[in-house]
Amino acid sequence: NHIVHNGGLYKRPFNEAFEETPMLVAVLTYVGYGVLTLFGYLRDFMRQWKIEKCQNATEREEQKDFVPLYQDFENFYNRNLYMRIRDSWNRPICSVPGAKVDMMERVSHDYNWTFTYTGRVIKDIINMGSYNYLGFAQKTGACQEAAAKVLSQYGAGVCSTRQEMGNLDKHEELEKLVARFLGVESAMAYGMGFATNSMNIPALVGKGCLILSDELNHASLVLGARLSGATIRIFKHNNMQSLEKLLKDAIVHGQPRTRRPWKKILILVEGIYSMEGSIVRLPEVIALKKKYKSYLYLDEAHSIGALGPSGRGVVEYFGLNPEDVDVMMGTFTKSFGAAGGYIGGKKELVDYLRTYSHSAAYATSMSPPVVEQIITSVKCIMGEDGTTVGEARVQQLAENTRYFRRRLKEMGFIIYGNEDSPVVPLMLYMPAKIGAFGREMLKRNIGVVVVGFPATPIIESRARFCLSAAHTKEMLDTALKEINEVGDLLQLKYSRRRLVPLLDRPFDETTYEETED
Amino acid sequence: AAGVGQQWVLVEMVQAFYEAPAYHLILEGILILWIIRLLFSKTYKLQERSDLTLKEKEELIEEWQPEPLVPPVPKDHPALNYNIVSGPPTHIITVNGKECINFASFNFLGLLNNEKVKSAAQASLKKYGVGTCGPRGFYGTFDVHLELEERLAKFMRTEEAIIYSYGFATIASAIPAYSKRGDIVFVDEAACFAIQKGLQASRSNIKLFKHNDMADLERLLKEQETEDQKNPRKARVTRRFIVVEGLYMNTGDICPLPELIKLKYKYKVRIFLEESLSFGVLGEHGRGITEHFGINIDDIDLISANMENSLASIGGFCCGRSFIIDHQRLSGQGYCFSASLPPLLAAAAIEALNIMEDNPDIFQTLRAKCERIHKALQGISGLKVVGESFSPALHLQLEESCGSRENDVKLLKRVVDYCMNSGIALTQACYLEKEEKCLPPPSIRVVITVEQTEKELDKAASLLKEAAQSLLN
Repeated sequence: NHIVHNGGLYKRPFNEAFEETPMLVAVLTYVGYGVLTLFGYLRDFMRQWKIEKCQNATEREEQKDFVPLYQDFENFYNRNLYMRIRDSWNRPICSVPGAKVDMMERVSHDYNWTFTYTGRVIKDIINMGSYNYLGFAQKTGACQEAAAKVLSQYGAGVCSTRQEMGNLDKHEELEKLVARFLGVESAMAYGMGFATNSMNIPALVGKGCLILSDELNHASLVLGARLSGATIRIFKHNNMQSLEKLLKDAIVHGQPRTRRPWKKILILVEGIYSMEGSIVRLPEVIALKKKYKSYLYLDEAHSIGALGPSGRGVVEYFGLNPEDVDVMMGTFTKSFGAAGGYIGGKKELVDYLRTYSHSAAYATSMSPPVVEQIITSVKCIMGEDGTTVGEARVQQLAENTRYFRRRLKEMGFIIYGNEDSPVVPLMLYMPAKIGAFGREMLKRNIGVVVVGFPATPIIESRARFCLSAAHTKEMLDTALKEINEVGDLLQLKYSRRRLVPLLDRPFDETTYEETED
Repeated sequence: AAGVGQQWVLVEMVQAFYEAPAYHLILEGILILWIIRLLFSKTYKLQERSDLTLKEKEELIEEWQPEPLVPPVPKDHPALNYNIVSGPPTHIITVNGKECINFASFNFLGLLNNEKVKSAAQASLKKYGVGTCGPRGFYGTFDVHLELEERLAKFMRTEEAIIYSYGFATIASAIPAYSKRGDIVFVDEAACFAIQKGLQASRSNIKLFKHNDMADLERLLKEQETEDQKNPRKARVTRRFIVVEGLYMNTGDICPLPELIKLKYKYKVRIFLEESLSFGVLGEHGRGITEHFGINIDDIDLISANMENSLASIGGFCCGRSFIIDHQRLSGQGYCFSASLPPLLAAAAIEALNIMEDNPDIFQTLRAKCERIHKALQGISGLKVVGESFSPALHLQLEESCGSRENDVKLLKRVVDYCMNSGIALTQACYLEKEEKCLPPPSIRVVITVEQTEKELDKAASLLKEAAQSLLN
């Protein structure tokens, strides 16, 4: 745990903590996985000898002598560990994914191999799992009305690519607005956030270039880097010394074996890392990038709209100049309640992408009602719709974040990540607790997201809360009460640093905690 | 007593020392000296850390100049200046301010402007809002998605279907989910870009066979068979796949599916079929090329299609047996790591499916129109028609090239501009020239939809004849 104050680069305190796993807990977790693996082998054995019925789908009779499509070992984890707690994921909902959501009830009579829907709907579950940071997932309101109008005028689909006949006037409007919102020269929008990364990174870098990517980057960034054909080197998560060492080595030694100088170096980082809740050390990254003449690609999937006093993302949060970031990428799925992604930057960059991006030439352009939703929500955040709703929401999210994190730490849970990040990972560690936490919270009408291997390291499974501006204080208090109960029930309060609960003081930057070990 | 015991052991040791043979002592002495030497010598560095001083390193860092992030793009690059469409891209389309008849959008069944589809999407918008705010695994699965998957599976008469939120990502995520490093994929040369990206992401061995040439494919398969006999152990774990398209986007013709099925069972290869253009076009009820040829759908391992052409929505789906499709729910990258399809688009797709099921005669109508224009476009001097007579997406290529691709593109642009000025909206087929494996020649794309009247089809054909006459001679 460390607090960085004005080292010259940081204009505000940077509080990030990743408390170490307690030794006993780590040992017990490994033991738990060991037991599950043993039982897995036992069940596989019983299934092979037909003592237990095999519930897997199987290959066709006519194709039994083909090379098997899946190796038995690949699916071991899937069959024996994932299958036991499968009901924590893919929960079907049937209402707007706002602060409260309705879920379709499903039961399984054969230990999660198949599900049946009872037909009942569980109403008003407090939704702590959807990425709804600014609460724009609404079925009424200005955004929805505007989208409805555009839907009746333009239809739902587009049926053509941007370069052919799919460039609507709506797309041009959206791109100008996004560029203004971010404070960059120009921007381009795409239909899918994942595809924005995987189709544009190969257009920017190629063979002979170097990509320096953070350890915990999202799958889309990794796929884009792989498809580009450039050399990839990984630096430790958010560790600036590791990054500087790689940069120095790269420039001094050049390409491996041939020693030719690199054509260009691209640093890939994210604004907020969604599994850790950490925020990138942007001032230091920009200082390094300038010193070593490399380029920065910032993926603000979770941080756009969620950080910064007016919601403009991690660049505004640190008080930096958007022109310092070469490629600003983000998605519209999380804070804007729509779908798609964008890339913003200098005009030359965006012109190049308009010509050479894979998405512009081969993929269908965005659907018009979705574009309208983004336009309306961006205008709302900027305050251009004449109300202060956007500003109020950004403030509410920041307050909710600080309050929620503080209360959880006071209760004694291990919470990862930065104090200001609206993504709150709560450590569970043991495999049984993953399923138990999800189910217990659902019984108490709260929907949470739990993640385990392979999205996280094997012993660091966690529950992840995504806060929203739509959550009122009452909802947060209810949720906190239930989390407290479940935490006691499942013995999740591992933290060895207890925060002394503060008196009811107003929240501002000068508030500091007293910790006792 | 302990002291005496210790002394006793020491005496024994000294005695053993005296009694040992000489060579034994010498050998052990040498060993001890060697160990001491190793302990004190410097460690051997494997990598040649350069002997650069700190100052030299700083100079290198100072001197290094990277390339600019992107090279500048000339202002008149053909792909830079997009056509701006004001208003909906339906049958009558306003391009760059001029009203034209749309021959460029893949709106085959005319469902883009259909009132029933729009009202279904409106109802969904009122119930769910626009976005889903999460991937399928984390509260992003809506009942609309489940319903659409069921309906698609029922329509295609397979066990299961899975939906993606982006058409391009569908086949590009499906292929790497099954085919990994070391597996072999036989793919047609004219495969579309999405398939090429999927293959690149999979890191498998790619073997290209000439377009629609079954003899070439059989030759490659035979070669692989002889390779296998040399190394049977490796062959037993190497998966093989054939990836073909039902109706090729780049050439407008269909793949010979019955022969492919025969090859499948002869050489034990699985078939992945990409049906983006043929879904909702071929076959008596629009079920695609399997219905067109009357083949049992279980013979195809995976059918993938996007919903952006006939269904006039956004996204894509894969369908097949549960054994195959269920795997993508955990391994399809575009499915697990991306937000799910907005519910209003899923509702629009469901309504479009309803219309397809209720009006099976639109497929016949569409086919008749395709035949008509295919015939009408024959015999234009300077342009040749590339594509089957029942394909709704044709290409018009130059009979004789001007010499360079750039000049061909410019010439075709003049033809397209002539047609646009006279009220027919056409477009050139756009490719990324440096990225395609087998770049097709430049062409004009002609798309036929059910909404075009016979008069309009004839007008388009005559206009193209005129343009070719005046510009290409």
